[in-house]
Amino acid sequence: MGPIIPNGLIPIEWDSIIAIFIGICFGFVLESSGFSSSRKLAGVFYGYDFAVLKVFFTAAVVSVIGIYYMDYLGYLHIEQLYIHPTFLWGAIIGGVIMGVGFVAGGFCPGTSLCAVAIGKLDAWVYVLGIMLGVLLFSELFTFFEPIYDGYFLGNITLMDSFGWNPYWVIFIFSIIAIVAFAVANVVRKRVKKVFY
Amino acid sequence: MYWNPYFGGFLLGLIIIFTFYLTGRGLGASGAMKSSVVAIVDGVAPTHAQNNAYYSLFLSDEDTPLNTWLVFEALGILIGAFISGGLAGRIRWRVQHSPKISSKRRLAFALGGGLLFGLGAQIARGCTSGAALSGMAVLSVGGFITMLAIFGSAYAVAYFFRKNWI
Repeated sequence: MGPIIPNGLIPIEWDSIIAIFIGICFGFVLESSGFSSSRKLAGVFYGYDFAVLKVFFTAAVVSVIGIYYMDYLGYLHIEQLYIHPTFLWGAIIGGVIMGVGFVAGGFCPGTSLCAVAIGKLDAWVYVLGIMLGVLLFSELFTFFEPIYDGYFLGNITLMDSFGWNPYWVIFIFSIIAIVAFAVANVVRKRVKKVFY
Repeated sequence: MYWNPYFGGFLLGLIIIFTFYLTGRGLGASGAMKSSVVAIVDGVAPTHAQNNAYYSLFLSDEDTPLNTWLVFEALGILIGAFISGGLAGRIRWRVQHSPKISSKRRLAFALGGGLLFGLGAQIARGCTSGAALSGMAVLSVGGFITMLAIFGSAYAVAYFFRKNWI
């Protein structure tokens, strides 16, 4: 019964080995999907390449369906999974700052690691930038603390907040993803091609 | 030359399911860089790190801040991407940028963009992997908000950075 490691079905000593193994799969899939190229990633913001949208939303839809299906079949207890906590203004302000960083730098942290691995010097500089950003945040922590720790709504899900049925949420989320893919294909045909 | 994006996304979704099934948590990326910064500051100025309310959250007497799940996972990302890039013949040192801008400009924007992303990821307690993707996989409200904020803001300011990309 999952989750396997928290429930003691695999000894905790395997945790780090599993982390490396999962990382290898993650890095392999991201790189093979073209996520080591900042110019491909940035395409989603200008309409010339929608790989980010397609990979990201397919992954989100597949994972949420899979997790809820495993819960339904009894292989996994959703209540035992870690729900990313909701600090309302932290999520909004942090997200807005990350969005600017994404367009300016052309990577997010995970994709920059893939680009670092294949020798993109701009990604090495980007990772250095991330570390400077972490340093800045930490040194000015007293200034950021109110939004970092404040407006805490708990480890809540959409069902907790809105009382929606999860299966309908997942169904509608999947429909939105499919519509977004269709719109993306229409947009891409109308936008001037960029070669990279 | 790259995979079909739906195929890549499908496999990535399976990895996320597998990760939650095994560990009860999702993926991440920025966490490893945070741990590296904590370790460096702790190495250079240990008293300063212990007195800082943020670094000290990740310091313990028994262990290095680098001994975390996300650091091992990030090492795996480097290995996995290296294998994939190697198989496809994509490994070489270079600065990738639009022909309309210089590499110097590209590197300056990469540094600034990274700085903003690193800062934002601390404020939001996670990046595109840890907060948005892994959050959305369990229908976390915060995950959806962070995802909307990242992409909303990126689209809103994309116009001002267009010269770098198109």
